[in-house]
Amino acid sequence: MAKTLYDKVWEAHIVDQIGDDSLLYIDRHLIHEVTSPQAFAGLNEKGRKVRRPDRTFGTMDHSISTRSLAIDACGPANALQLNTLAQNCEAHGVKLYPVGHQKQGIVHVMGPELGLIQPGMTVVCGDSHTATHGAFGALAFGIGTSQVEHVLATQTLKQSKAKSMLINVNGSLPVGITAKDIILAIIGRIGHAGATGHVIEYAGEAIRSLTMEERMTICNMSIEAGAKAGMVAPDDTTFAYVKGREYAPTGDSWDQAVAYWKTLYSDDGAQFDTVVELEAADIAPQVTWGTNPGQVIGVDTPVPAPTDFADAVEKESATKALSYMGLSAGEKLADVPVTHVFIGSCTNGRIEDLRAAAFIAKQGKVAGKVTAIVVPGSGQVKQQAEEEGLDKIFIDAGFEWRLPGCSMCLGMNDDILQSGDRCASTSNRNFEGRQGRGARTHLVSPAMAAAAAIKGRFADVREFQE
Amino acid sequence: MSQGFTIHSGRACPLDQANIDTDQIIPKQFLTGVTRVGYGKHLFHDWRYLDLHEQELNPEFALNKPEYQGASVLLSRENFGCGSSREHAPWALADFGFDVIIATSFADIFYGNCINNQLLPIALPSTDMDALFEAVKADPNLTLHIDLPAQTIKAGPLTVTFEIAEHHKTNLIKGLDAIGQTLELADTIEKFEQQQPAWL
Repeated sequence: MAKTLYDKVWEAHIVDQIGDDSLLYIDRHLIHEVTSPQAFAGLNEKGRKVRRPDRTFGTMDHSISTRSLAIDACGPANALQLNTLAQNCEAHGVKLYPVGHQKQGIVHVMGPELGLIQPGMTVVCGDSHTATHGAFGALAFGIGTSQVEHVLATQTLKQSKAKSMLINVNGSLPVGITAKDIILAIIGRIGHAGATGHVIEYAGEAIRSLTMEERMTICNMSIEAGAKAGMVAPDDTTFAYVKGREYAPTGDSWDQAVAYWKTLYSDDGAQFDTVVELEAADIAPQVTWGTNPGQVIGVDTPVPAPTDFADAVEKESATKALSYMGLSAGEKLADVPVTHVFIGSCTNGRIEDLRAAAFIAKQGKVAGKVTAIVVPGSGQVKQQAEEEGLDKIFIDAGFEWRLPGCSMCLGMNDDILQSGDRCASTSNRNFEGRQGRGARTHLVSPAMAAAAAIKGRFADVREFQE
Repeated sequence: MSQGFTIHSGRACPLDQANIDTDQIIPKQFLTGVTRVGYGKHLFHDWRYLDLHEQELNPEFALNKPEYQGASVLLSRENFGCGSSREHAPWALADFGFDVIIATSFADIFYGNCINNQLLPIALPSTDMDALFEAVKADPNLTLHIDLPAQTIKAGPLTVTFEIAEHHKTNLIKGLDAIGQTLELADTIEKFEQQQPAWL
């Protein structure tokens, strides 16, 4: 029977069948300071060990300062959490990339950089954006802390198989349209809960032509459509990215691995529970106008009215969102001023993102009242950007150049907004209060964020292209 | 996990809104803890308090209304618990005093996190949710009787049945130590590891 990519990776990891559930083996477990302390405490209480410390990797990213390398820079509670991670990793023999380590970074940026993520793997982390790693053709999903503890102790997880969804993005991408615009357009189409209970496979010419970093941006936001995971079948682009990285296979192992990885695709005739088709040519630069990522429009489209929605729930959500966001139906985004710009996060904190933002940044200066920060996704991204002189472009244009971390995506450190602030953000969630109580978040691509910084309001990035 | 979940009786608090995300349930500034306790006072912080220091309650918010004090069942709408995987969300709900969340639908990770914390998530069709909201708003003192083995909710004259996966039901009823159960399969896990390719 024809199988999907998801079927193949799933079946390759079944340790045991328990009723309707499968006990799945987990190849890679990434941990960070926020969702692991209670899991280690649970292990310690019961005198249990980490089964495979060699398959577990830790980093510090959520609670850290982007201005200082001091562990206590964001107060004693954050410091306790960070120190707890360090102690737990030390006690259980888990490799940790702490603050200040050159390879430290946001877990979903540094993991792939190190070659820890490879096609066909199962990957989990106590973080919903673990879906990022599906870009490699891995089955990667976010888990809660009880499950983190389960994986630490057993290297397995009990799971029910999800439904499958195929999203084809057909045709080639127009100039100025990025991976972020594709995924926002997809979420706009299927809705904030449109893929709940599904694993998505992204396919089609537009997806196939993307770099690994762009595919990571797409898969990263699968959770924003409610999906369990998002996957892209591995190909030569994938193999070229993985090859030579620190934890990638070498020599004969590399050849064996690639031979296996080449079998990881959805067979002709494989059945999906749901199929969605999008035309790349129809996608404009996207900007969210509401308080969930499905409330999104093209930059050249007026802000919608609640009456534009037939569904009663969407209508009510729109009314509430417009009020929170301080927007009126029919308003043009080009007339909406921003106070802040955030470029970074596990969605858009990689080198290609910074290059795209810098390309726009060098065409002007940050507008008078705008505070704009650039936060590289990892130490390696930061170093690469500095070698290319991107830091100078940003600083000369009036952006702040920060240390790597999750930063203002969720504001667990001091990178938070005040009530009424309006931010063009390259992150992944525009929920009420996400970047600070009463603050208003608009999700955009890195180029769109840089354009908003320069214009002081939302601008169509296509007007900046040479 | 300790005692199992079978039958629960309690009053309900209606939170009549769709897409309530885990950032609303427990905002990020309260995620710096290293234990599982003490999150209840920060539950729905942005909506529940008028100030940042949690001194002034918002009288308009359902959880603060006198008629819903002591409620142990939360009613909500579509896509409850969407967003972040933070298990702090079910910890906060349970710590506040909720034992059951009834909503039109749930986000996947949140749903699993509830099961792992003996917090019963019940998804009902919107017509049943409408009826429950109406009944509770009409009489805040109405007691809901939730019978997990029988998969029924009784509230006054209203009786609705609900669906739940058999393994979730079993886990909740037995209150099993999931890790302990899997550790019994250590030999099977080891055999699996031995046949994995060398590069992993």
